[in-house]
Amino acid sequence: MSLGGAMEGQSVEELLAKAERDEAEKLQRITVHKELELEFDLGNLLASDRNPPTGLRRAGATPEAELQALARDNTQLLINQLWQLPTERVEEALVARLPEPTTRLPREKPVPRPRPLTRWQQFARLKGIRPKKKTNLVWDEVSGQWRRRWGYQRARDDTKEWLIEVPGGADPLEDQFAKRIQAKKERVAKNELNRLRNLARAHKMQVPSSAGMHPTGHQSKEELGRAMQVAKVSTASVGRFQERLPKEKNPRGSGKKRKFQPLFGDFAAEKKSQLELLRVMNSKKPQLDVTRATNKQMREEDQEEAAKRRKMSQKSKRKGGRQGPGGKRKGAPPSQGGKRNRALGGRMNSGPPPLGSKRKGGQHQGGKRRR
Amino acid sequence: PSGKMRPLTEMRPLTEEETRVMFEKIAKYIGENLQLLVDRPDGAYCFRLHNDRVYYVSEKILKLAANISGDKLVSLGTCFGKFTKTHKFRLHITALDYLAPYAKYKVWIKPGAEQSFLYGNHVLKSGLGRITENTCQYQGVVVYSMADVPLGFGVAAKSTQDCRKVDPMAIVVFHQADIGEYVRHEETLT
Repeated sequence: MSLGGAMEGQSVEELLAKAERDEAEKLQRITVHKELELEFDLGNLLASDRNPPTGLRRAGATPEAELQALARDNTQLLINQLWQLPTERVEEALVARLPEPTTRLPREKPVPRPRPLTRWQQFARLKGIRPKKKTNLVWDEVSGQWRRRWGYQRARDDTKEWLIEVPGGADPLEDQFAKRIQAKKERVAKNELNRLRNLARAHKMQVPSSAGMHPTGHQSKEELGRAMQVAKVSTASVGRFQERLPKEKNPRGSGKKRKFQPLFGDFAAEKKSQLELLRVMNSKKPQLDVTRATNKQMREEDQEEAAKRRKMSQKSKRKGGRQGPGGKRKGAPPSQGGKRNRALGGRMNSGPPPLGSKRKGGQHQGGKRRR
Repeated sequence: PSGKMRPLTEMRPLTEEETRVMFEKIAKYIGENLQLLVDRPDGAYCFRLHNDRVYYVSEKILKLAANISGDKLVSLGTCFGKFTKTHKFRLHITALDYLAPYAKYKVWIKPGAEQSFLYGNHVLKSGLGRITENTCQYQGVVVYSMADVPLGFGVAAKSTQDCRKVDPMAIVVFHQADIGEYVRHEETLT
């Protein structure tokens, strides 16, 4: 009994000791000893370790283990700091609220260059005009409320008046309301144009203007030509179906600008398209059986020589043209192939139809047959 | 691709048309073995055009060459040839290293005629050692010495059969390029 008890006690003691050791180890893992405290910028989740890296220097060629230990220690310290932050609960997750970041990060993009002054700004600077501070709201008598100085439902909108007196010298049948609306539109368009011009000056671009397009009496030939080109292209089909005068020539520089592939395009796609091109090229070539074609060619030549010899020997009798090889034409059809077949075709068509006896096959086999 | 126009000294890949013209020229010498140049097992190689010359370069070297400005870059990889002002493709001798192993039709010349060929003259029947069987007329051929050293390339003036019958002073191979050009045209080769 006592033995069993002692053993139990020992095991319990062992368990307790083991638990204590585990606790100590955990604490050891959580607490990290550093000579110099780390600097924390929790807003950026940044921890800066200023301790001298003696451990790394000692490690030499393979510092992986030391690096890993260092990283683990520093991360542990950072997380310890994070646990000290005020927490809150957001949708069943415990969240720490980070403070404002203290490190100032460098600029991502370069400093913007100063823009050129607009025309008004140049004029105001010249004249010394300062912007007067005005109130946004004005008292509107008509509606009896405070209205904006400009914009939506402004105080004095002359297009919204319900009664306009016809001015003294104006045509009584003229629509004054339409006149006011038209004037407003023109002012808006002028403002927009000036805005675009200012923008173009700022970006050093050219704004497409109708500068030389209005017909005066004194335009040069080039100006007229340019105006004509613009008018031609200003159709719904961008000038595609415009007729030209009988002797009119194409304008210069009206082609599309060439666009090349990028230098490091998709290499696999390039390879694929080139292989495809090669395949098409190879398939277009006629599939000549070279040996048969050359043998046939040689047969022709031998026959020609034989015919010549016969002609020499028998000057009186002229045999009709040999039976053309057309009947036995194998391999490449007459339309394809190179000089060889063209030459054959010529010979076939030139002679009269064969009158002489058929050539025997044996004669051909008598000729030299090369591989 | 940016909207601005590319200056003429910049490197670029070949267009479809240019690739076709170039492949047709090279295929005259190596035939369908050309796809072994395009599709290589030991790395990605590609053709790039720089200053009207076509260079055959590995992807690795191309990436390095992209860091050099166009007007300072003289050459990269192997120059295969150039496009003339009328957009015809002319093969240079520097392509011989890639033509010789894949050549379909070969011509061997006797030691006595080697010197003449290396000076830029055509090959006469008297200098002809061996010729591949079934060579057609005007076929692209690679010229070797009797010791199987590639000397250059040319165009067969006569087919194999005609070569046997023709007289010894007739031209059998038109000269296109030879390795003597490395010395003669040192300034223009890249």
